Amino acid sequence: MIDFIQMIVSGIAVGSSYALMGLAMVIIYKTSEVPNFAQGEMALISSFFAMMLLTSFHLSVYLAFFFTLVFAVLLGCFLEFAILRRAKEPNVLGMIVITIGIEMILLGFVSWKFGAEQKTMPFPIGPYDSLIIRDIFISKLEVLTLVAALLLMIVLFLFFKFTKLGLAMKATQQNRVAAQIVGIRTNRILMITWGISSLVGAVAGLLISPTIMHPYMMWDPMLKGFAAAVMGGMTSLPGAVVAAYLLGIIENLFGGYVSIEFKTVVAFVIIVLVLCIRPSGLFARHYVKKV
Amino acid sequence: MTALLEVKNIETYYDLVYAIRGASFAVEEGSITAILGNNGAGKSTILKTIMALIKDQPEKGVIEFDGVPIQNRDTDEIVRKGIAYVPEGREIFEELTVHEHLLMGAYLRKDTPGVKQDIEKVFAYFPVLKQRTHQWAGTLSGGEQQMLAIGRALMLRPRLMILDEPSLGLSPILVKEIFAIIREINLTGTTILLVEQNANMALSISGTGLILENGRFVMKGNSTDLLEDKDVKEFYLGIKSETSAKGYQRWKRKKAWR
Ligand SMILES: Nc1ncnc2c1ncn2[C@@H]1O[C@H](COP(=O)(O)OP(=O)(O)OP(=O)(O)O)[C@@H](O)[C@H]1O
Ligand SMILES: [Mg+2]
Repeated sequence: MIDFIQMIVSGIAVGSSYALMGLAMVIIYKTSEVPNFAQGEMALISSFFAMMLLTSFHLSVYLAFFFTLVFAVLLGCFLEFAILRRAKEPNVLGMIVITIGIEMILLGFVSWKFGAEQKTMPFPIGPYDSLIIRDIFISKLEVLTLVAALLLMIVLFLFFKFTKLGLAMKATQQNRVAAQIVGIRTNRILMITWGISSLVGAVAGLLISPTIMHPYMMWDPMLKGFAAAVMGGMTSLPGAVVAAYLLGIIENLFGGYVSIEFKTVVAFVIIVLVLCIRPSGLFARHYVKKV
Repeated sequence: MTALLEVKNIETYYDLVYAIRGASFAVEEGSITAILGNNGAGKSTILKTIMALIKDQPEKGVIEFDGVPIQNRDTDEIVRKGIAYVPEGREIFEELTVHEHLLMGAYLRKDTPGVKQDIEKVFAYFPVLKQRTHQWAGTLSGGEQQMLAIGRALMLRPRLMILDEPSLGLSPILVKEIFAIIREINLTGTTILLVEQNANMALSISGTGLILENGRFVMKGNSTDLLEDKDVKEFYLGIKSETSAKGYQRWKRKKAWR
């Protein structure tokens, strides 16, 4: 029983980082209609930026993280403005290839600048610090991940629900032309979207970096986040979050009770199943356009 | 009278399709001006060109609003000048509520109390929208969506309101209502430019009528004169003149206008 609860708890924790990556991808997908395969590497370079501030510039953790988030936003805005916007007559396939190109460039840059070996992030909480509640081990980092993820999700929810900018973003996502004719600068909204998405991804990166820190650290979370986003229907923020937590938990239970080697494959088996049975995702809603 | 909007000799292409072939017209401040024409004449294209919704168009020509050229700008800049647009086919935000639509209509405005007032004004024009305040627009009926699109445009407090076939797909009663409201909006000082298939209705509320064929204006005039014109009657109002067996002319409805 304790094992079971333990597995669920770790599942929820790991699900949080999937959820953040999934959210980041959904946010961009909803506005640009392109799955951003560079999402993981954008988070990667942000994490290494944080490490650089901490080790080379000896900034305090808070300051370093603050600047990292600023960096992440600017990075996202820059990529949209300097690269994606330049695409002439964009189609989805072309855009996907562009994001894969960005991914390669960022990955190459990080490997070249920082080397491929495992690094340690000077984080105030180590990967092995844990709390014991009623015989259940919970790593402090996992708790932090969960809390940070939940807080960020609440902030995002409030932002989209109650601010004018958030509403304008939703409007742009739903109907570009209609957004333009009420005077929204949709180009700028697109850029801000990339900035926000990049920030969400960077938070995931920062929370993962105390445990794993090398150029491929974001591969797994990014693919799982993408899986969750697809399961959630690719356009639903809550859908992606719920799917991410489900994925984390199922994966952990599978690893515990069935086979640890095939643990990470579970996610993709689930995707294939979902796409076969409900191609629009588990949580997608559809409205028929009225004539 | 001064022209609020003046379009001078514009030409618009969709890639290789030559859609507007040198069109000029003016919309007098405070007027209701109607553009009529058959399907594919280019009516919507003219409006989209004014709103800068067709990339890099117009290819040639000048569009002046209040004496200032506005062609080849971004759409949001044109909206900022006080031009609101109700597009063909509504273009609503499926998953925003009615209330959120009206807020978005006022996106460029900063005067919160004024915006609140205007929301009430829109609800006074369209009471049914008030009952749907917190309902997603995607769940409204077609007619309700049309009212919402007009309401959203009103929220800009525009100087010029451009409407593309506001009567499309509405029941006859609703068409009457919508036109009555358009006239009321005009009476409160908003200039109106209107595209319609419903020629009879459009000419009866407008001061000036323009007839477009194949991307060119072929006729311009007072709407009352146009209503009496023989060709307009035949081609746009569906009334054909023919010589009866007894030898005098009579007017006969050729087909019901849709
Ligand atoms: N996106 C487009 N690409 C290419 N050609 C187009 C496009 N939109 C319209 N056209 C062409 O331009 C011409 C004018 O179209 P437009 O939509 O302006 O007609 P309209 O007068 O509004 O007709 P309707 O009364 O049916 O709405 C048509 O011949 C049409 O085929
Ligand atoms: Mg049209």
